[in-house]
Amino acid sequence: MSERLFTPRALITTLLLVLLAALPLIAQAVGDRYILSVGTRIVIWAIAAVSLNMILGYGGLVSFGHAAFIGIGGYAVGILSANGIQSGWVQWPAALMAATVWAALVAALSLRTRGVYFIMITLAFAQLVYYLGSGLAAYGGDDGLNIGRSRFTGLIDLRDKASFHWLCFALLCAALWFCGRFSRSPFGHVLRGARSNEGRMAALGFPVFRYRLVACLIAGAFGGLAGVLLANEGAYISPAMMSWVKSGDLIVMVVLGGIGVRFGPLYGALAFFVLEESLKPGLDLLHKGWGEYWQIVFGPLLVIIALHAKGGIASLLGFRHD
Amino acid sequence: MEVLIQVLNGVQLGLLMFLLAAGLTLTFGIMDLVNLAHGSLYMMGAYIAWTFISWSDSFVLGALLALPATFIVGVIVEVVIARRLYARDHLDQVLATFGLILFFNDLVRAIWGPAGKSIAVPPFLDHTIEILPGALYPAYRLAIIVVGTGVALLLAWLVARTRLGMLIRAGASNRRMIAALGVNIELLFSLVFGLGAVFAGLAGLMAAPISSVKIGMGDDILILAFVIIVTGGIGSIKGAFVAAMGVGQLDIVGRVYLADWLKAVMDPAAASAAAPAISQVLIYIVMAAVLVWRPTGLFGQRQ
Repeated sequence: MSERLFTPRALITTLLLVLLAALPLIAQAVGDRYILSVGTRIVIWAIAAVSLNMILGYGGLVSFGHAAFIGIGGYAVGILSANGIQSGWVQWPAALMAATVWAALVAALSLRTRGVYFIMITLAFAQLVYYLGSGLAAYGGDDGLNIGRSRFTGLIDLRDKASFHWLCFALLCAALWFCGRFSRSPFGHVLRGARSNEGRMAALGFPVFRYRLVACLIAGAFGGLAGVLLANEGAYISPAMMSWVKSGDLIVMVVLGGIGVRFGPLYGALAFFVLEESLKPGLDLLHKGWGEYWQIVFGPLLVIIALHAKGGIASLLGFRHD
Repeated sequence: MEVLIQVLNGVQLGLLMFLLAAGLTLTFGIMDLVNLAHGSLYMMGAYIAWTFISWSDSFVLGALLALPATFIVGVIVEVVIARRLYARDHLDQVLATFGLILFFNDLVRAIWGPAGKSIAVPPFLDHTIEILPGALYPAYRLAIIVVGTGVALLLAWLVARTRLGMLIRAGASNRRMIAALGVNIELLFSLVFGLGAVFAGLAGLMAAPISSVKIGMGDDILILAFVIIVTGGIGSIKGAFVAAMGVGQLDIVGRVYLADWLKAVMDPAAASAAAPAISQVLIYIVMAAVLVWRPTGLFGQRQ
């Protein structure tokens, strides 16, 4: 046990988690509120990436529509809030339920297809939700809607940036813990077995379809949770939070961090935001005004990662793909 | 008469979508590449055309110059990046071509600036034609239908009757075999990719006077093109054509008639806001229904 705790990767991971946990205090000490808001967004997107990793990493299912769950979670909170139901005890379960039901529907239909058809059908279903969101004129349509934050009276005030950050952080830890249990469980082994060889798992008598369906439900619920948090973070919902570019960003985070590794999505989300936040000023330093075009650098970087660094950051740190 | 005009609008949209989808379905069918950056070539075609048209002051000349330029852009993308992806799994392809989209969007912003551009309808087509007594139709849209039909026929001839088409069909069914038979497969792949880029660029520059030339213009339409090739069956030109025509008609039905039908049952303002969204949703529902019925699309090869 002691051997596992003191490997460089365990140390770095622990350090990272401690840093994220202490971020509200650090932000206060240096008097910079911006780093806290970036930090909270990193934590929330890491939850979404952890949930995508459950099906993409362990299941081998390339879902290109994960932002839809974020959108559904966010819109469930926003719609209830706009109709005067502010209690988080109602909003949050309703949002998770909605995301899970949608996951069941999408998975039941799209798991019938394979390969590129699966990628495209998940993308198409996400676009469907996106257009529904932009068509909801009563809830802001394309422009989005400012909402009140969820209320947990007497328990926690989500308007307080520090408490909200700690709540998100606790939920991220829960998601990471769950993902660890999930991947080591017999269920996770069947899922990974089906990733390597679907036919053989089926021949062994495992109903692969049902295992994958359940994995999608779990991932959908966690995706919905990320959406709930994102809506509360900015007190704002808009179709942009579920555009297909966000689904692409999530895939980038998972692959960048290390696909199929428990802490991979955390590294990926962190690296994604740190790259964005440092490429802009970095390029501006090089030449005034270049920072605006940071994706000219970021795009080819993704190409290089796809071609040469498939294991992502986790493999640099010596994590094994499990 | 109104119905005829809307059907023609649907045909025109369908033909534009077919031009975009044809290149996509070829690159997938032959090179086994999921190319998300195909929409970027559509955008590049429109921007390059804008530059040449402003420079030469002639729509036709500008368009004719833009097509080879888009071909060159396509071949560069193929040689530098795409050909390294053919043997990779779909996830790598999605990631790398997603990176290409980000690259092209910011590249266009850096070269042409953040504001959109507009291409005027060429003067010789800037009038209406009486297609039937009492039915007027814009000449430019009619020209799109003529050019689109011509290119679709050309492509059908190319694939079915020429040596290049024979190689394309052979490549789609067994790549390694035709490489083993001594066909220069790298050249073939570059040509097919460039051809796809030309079709995408042509669609982009023809659509420009109707909509506008802006950053990210290829992104949303790319998803629609994917819906078309998945519904039609990946790799099938015939499938892409049938699905593109269907999507064109569905879009028009949703956009034009759905709003009227909705106004009968709901508040007019809400109805006109909801109708375009519902028409988009309709397209995805049709795709889902087709895939549930035939998981490899209408004309796709059974696995």
